Amino acid sequence: MLKDITLGQYFPGDTPVHRLDPRTKIICVVLYIVALFCAKWFVSYGVIIAVLTLCVCLSRVPLRALSRGLRPVYIIVAFTALMNLFFTAGEPVSDLPVLRYISQTGVYTALFMVLRIVLLITGTFLLTYTTSPIALTDALDQLLAPLKKLRVPVHELTLMMSLALRFIPTLIEETDKIMSAQKARGADFESGNLIRRAKALIPILVPLFVSAFRRADELATAMECRCYHGGEGRTALYVLRYRAADYAVLASFVLLAAGQIVLGRLGW
Amino acid sequence: MIETRNLTFSYPNEGDVRGTEALHEVNLRIETGSFTAILGHNGSGKSTLAKHFNAVLLPSGGSVLVEGMDTADETLLMEIRRRVGMVFQNPDNQIVANVVEEDVAFAPENLGVPTEEIRRRVDDALAAVGMGEYVRHAPHLLSGGQKQRLAIAGVLAMEPRYIVLDEATAMLDPVGRRDVMSAIRRLNRERGITAVLITHHMDEAAQADRVVVMNEGTVAMDGTPREIFDRVEELHRIGLASPDTVELLYELRRGGMELPPDAITVEECAAAIAAALKSERK
Repeated sequence: MLKDITLGQYFPGDTPVHRLDPRTKIICVVLYIVALFCAKWFVSYGVIIAVLTLCVCLSRVPLRALSRGLRPVYIIVAFTALMNLFFTAGEPVSDLPVLRYISQTGVYTALFMVLRIVLLITGTFLLTYTTSPIALTDALDQLLAPLKKLRVPVHELTLMMSLALRFIPTLIEETDKIMSAQKARGADFESGNLIRRAKALIPILVPLFVSAFRRADELATAMECRCYHGGEGRTALYVLRYRAADYAVLASFVLLAAGQIVLGRLGW
Repeated sequence: MIETRNLTFSYPNEGDVRGTEALHEVNLRIETGSFTAILGHNGSGKSTLAKHFNAVLLPSGGSVLVEGMDTADETLLMEIRRRVGMVFQNPDNQIVANVVEEDVAFAPENLGVPTEEIRRRVDDALAAVGMGEYVRHAPHLLSGGQKQRLAIAGVLAMEPRYIVLDEATAMLDPVGRRDVMSAIRRLNRERGITAVLITHHMDEAAQADRVVVMNEGTVAMDGTPREIFDRVEELHRIGLASPDTVELLYELRRGGMELPPDAITVEECAAAIAAALKSERK
């Protein structure tokens, strides 16, 4: 049952988007978010939608996957839309019973809020869909490297991330085993109210945590045996290199963000 | 050569200053290029002994020398660990990366090996354990035996002179065990890597050149597999059994048949019994 969970929803592929350096993609997503939050009116949103559509088409990520990514936020989107619709002050749309409470600015704000959330999520999901988790952690490791001067343990953090990713399938398997073992002894996870079911999880979590600690201990020893001594002086099997395409894409996204700031100022 | 001199080790024990003694005055030499099996039942100190070979544990008394380097000297730690690779029991808990090749690259990356050289070592190490076709696989989808061979490759990428396998086959199914054992034998024979196998499987120990039997923290027996398995009663006394073939011959001998004591492989054993039956018929 737990095996169905897919994590790090990476779609392997060999498209121009996949081939970009992961660092380029992360920076572009940040620039994209800046551009998105500067957008004010139809023109600027139109530009963002055009850019995103181009990226999605190039990446050949199935649209179904993108909409699946949006599913968990449907409620938030609907809620934001309604709140903005009814609680934005301004000229009412009309004198009819319900519409009296809806202002014209409210309609626009609601529309733009919905657009903003959808575009934000789709854009960031495109990053995780086209970049493997390892590439992402490698990229973060390098992008955050300047923070090492501020004594931020960047290498340790990214190592923790990649180890966490590595152990997700192992721990899911283990949870499955523990659940089966508890079921064999008569544990019941499926009936009763929420509190009862939450309580039924305790006999799963306790052994899971104990075993996770034991694993961590053994892993640390094994890593030390393979000469791990922190991030200093480490080399890499794959060295990230910016190519011409990366510079071109980076430049376009800087332009996009700058352009959006201007458009935002103009109120377009 | 790895040498222990009067090696004594006590696990720290709460409320007891002296702790629990796991090893007592162990003197042992592991010759370069040899294939040694260390046998013993649970709590005999065999794993504790193994963990001293690459300074995972440091002696409470005496010393351990790896090619003349004292494991207690912290400045030599990386060099000792590079030369003495160690593979543990649970393959899942020693794989660090999401992709096979990245995992094998972990040790050379730590050692600061240049990128092209890492590539060469990764491919070489995976080929050496027969895992060349799994370069881009996800480790959690491999079988137990494959995971353990991956762990061996991860150690091989350091280009060690010794490999210590601490009950590395204990959690594997028979097929996985066979594959791992043949990988180890090949590394020992073809690359001259000194292998130290910690095990409680007699048939695995039988494949080594030398068997060291541990009991209650001391070396109880030391010799070739034939010499050791011959001493059936002694083994029984410390809670161990010889391989099934030797046990069978032992029982038959007690029953009055005239049989040689040292036929370890199934084929040798069958041949010996057949010969004995033939001569009896005459």
